[in-house]
Amino acid sequence: MLEIKNLHVDLEEEDKTILKGVNLTVEPGRVHAIMGPNGSGKSTLSYVLSGRDGYRVTDGTATLGGQDLLGMEAEERAAAGLFLAFQYPVEIPGVGNMTFLRTALNAQRKARGEEEISATDFLKLVREKARALEIDADMLKRPVNVGFSGGEKKRNEILQMAILEPKMCILDETDSGLDVDAMKLVAKGVNALRDEGRGFLVITHYQRLLDHIVPDVVHIMSDGRIIKTGGPGLALEVERNGYADLKAEVA
Amino acid sequence: MALDDTKRSATETRLAAMVVPDVGCTARARQEALARLRAMGLPHRRDEYWKFTRPDTLVQPAPPRAALFADDEAPVFDSFERLKIVFVDGLFAPHLSDDLALEGIEIDRLEDVCCTSDHWAEDVYGTLEAAGQVPVERPLAALNTAFAGDGVTIRVTGRPSKPINLIYTHEATDSDVFLHHVVRVEPGAEATILENGPAAARFNNCMEIDIADTGRLHLVRAQGRDHERRAVTNLFARLGRESVFKCFTLTANGVLTRNECVVTLTGDDAIVHVAGAAVGDGDFHHDDTVFITHDAERCESRQVFKKVLRNGAIGVFQGKILVKPGAQKTDGYQISQALLLDGDSQFLAKPELEIYADDVACSHGSTSGAIDEDALYYLRARGIPRQIATDLMVLSFLAEAMEEIEAEDLRDEITARVAGWLERRRG
Repeated sequence: MLEIKNLHVDLEEEDKTILKGVNLTVEPGRVHAIMGPNGSGKSTLSYVLSGRDGYRVTDGTATLGGQDLLGMEAEERAAAGLFLAFQYPVEIPGVGNMTFLRTALNAQRKARGEEEISATDFLKLVREKARALEIDADMLKRPVNVGFSGGEKKRNEILQMAILEPKMCILDETDSGLDVDAMKLVAKGVNALRDEGRGFLVITHYQRLLDHIVPDVVHIMSDGRIIKTGGPGLALEVERNGYADLKAEVA
Repeated sequence: MALDDTKRSATETRLAAMVVPDVGCTARARQEALARLRAMGLPHRRDEYWKFTRPDTLVQPAPPRAALFADDEAPVFDSFERLKIVFVDGLFAPHLSDDLALEGIEIDRLEDVCCTSDHWAEDVYGTLEAAGQVPVERPLAALNTAFAGDGVTIRVTGRPSKPINLIYTHEATDSDVFLHHVVRVEPGAEATILENGPAAARFNNCMEIDIADTGRLHLVRAQGRDHERRAVTNLFARLGRESVFKCFTLTANGVLTRNECVVTLTGDDAIVHVAGAAVGDGDFHHDDTVFITHDAERCESRQVFKKVLRNGAIGVFQGKILVKPGAQKTDGYQISQALLLDGDSQFLAKPELEIYADDVACSHGSTSGAIDEDALYYLRARGIPRQIATDLMVLSFLAEAMEEIEAEDLRDEITARVAGWLERRRG
């Protein structure tokens, strides 16, 4: 599904190297987690994969189902099935949430050569997905993320994921700023999307999200590299001992 | 103050070839307007309110030629049930217009007014324009009052079943047109007036609007898509107690547009909203100059002006709220914003507040900036191509102005026009 090989990335404006050779393969139906201290390059990895400007890939490759991601525009990556749930979802005043969702879905369908969804079918789809995430009609009517609480923004991200049905989902610190109840709701939404055709990459600082979205594989990232890979137990180890021991171990 | 020689000579040069139409009942108002104009002179680029917009091509005797614009888009408001009043190169075209009779409204051609004795419009023609010359001079409006060749008078006495649509087309590439309309809304009456079309190579339009207590008027204007035309519009409105005036203007294209709007709130609890959306690409200079005077208590005024500019287009906003002594509980709001789609475009803004009452709420803001890159990335990360995402952002930027149009069908029509304009410019 997602295959990252020897990925090296610099910040375009600062001439600073952030990723120093990341290797990672996420298979369909599997949930991989990446944990790591602040500044280890976790968010950069998610931005580079999704096509944000401001990064320069100096070496390595990233493919999705065999397609070269790095040569595509952000919108092409989305149409190819990549989805990033943002750590900080952006507020867009004036653009209604429904308009946004429908434009996005239809743009992706068009890019894949599929028919646009009818207004009725779209409404049905949104209502069904929104209900499961406890998103009310008011939130759907409001401009994208404007006036949403932290929890509402994250639920809105998962709603988009549920509607767009990507092949590969990257969740960038989706637990940040969430209380326990909100986190459970988000986790429930994500778990509902788990199936054998879909891969997940869950980026987080803390182990607690992984209690609710149980990963198959856990990677520890530090200083732009994945320094250790293991099962769910690795997350618990980090929770107990912090990252310092692991870093020392690798060094 | 004596007029300086440059101004006097420019003014006389312009007036030399012009003849005040001999139209009976407006004759006195026209002569007075001509005298006012001679005293103030035509605008010069050193004038305080003409610093951002060069008046040369508006002042010179003959207008620069303006090629006719043609494409297959149906004219704005074409799909609406309305009463059409068509002017071709500034002359009323009865064969293209509808029957002017409609319940709840009295419409006369300006020149017919003068055949009737004691026509209500005699007391309004030139009066609001004259009052609107203080404290800021509006010489092009006085020029209009003196020389207007045609126009209509509209008296709203009830609630007409459909909007009145003034349509301005042009067939000549060198037409220089002055139209002058007078509108009165009687107590409790309500109407919608639509205006669209370029009218001429150089168009000077004046509308005097007198809204009696509890009257309501909606004015929605679309200024035509001609690239080379020049247009000056002068709106003068006087609002009585609990009356409402809502005005929206869409400008897409046009080498030079100056929209002046002068509103005086003379009765308590009156409401005025003036809004505009302008989209310009390349040789486009668009100027909104607004002056709102609060001269009564508890009145509300809103000015919402948005401009989207690219390829060297220029936007100007000069907006003022004047709160007179005693105009307590005034609620004034003014926002002017420009979205600059590249580094070549410019927005020049001069917001002004002048307040002589101590219990008022007035806020104003002015911004100019580029498309929010974070928002653009967010939309693209969801699969929306850059061009469509940009258009979505532009429409969302303009939405606050469009929302000032009360009627949803008109708002949708205007929004669709802007969307069409954007779509035609996609790379």
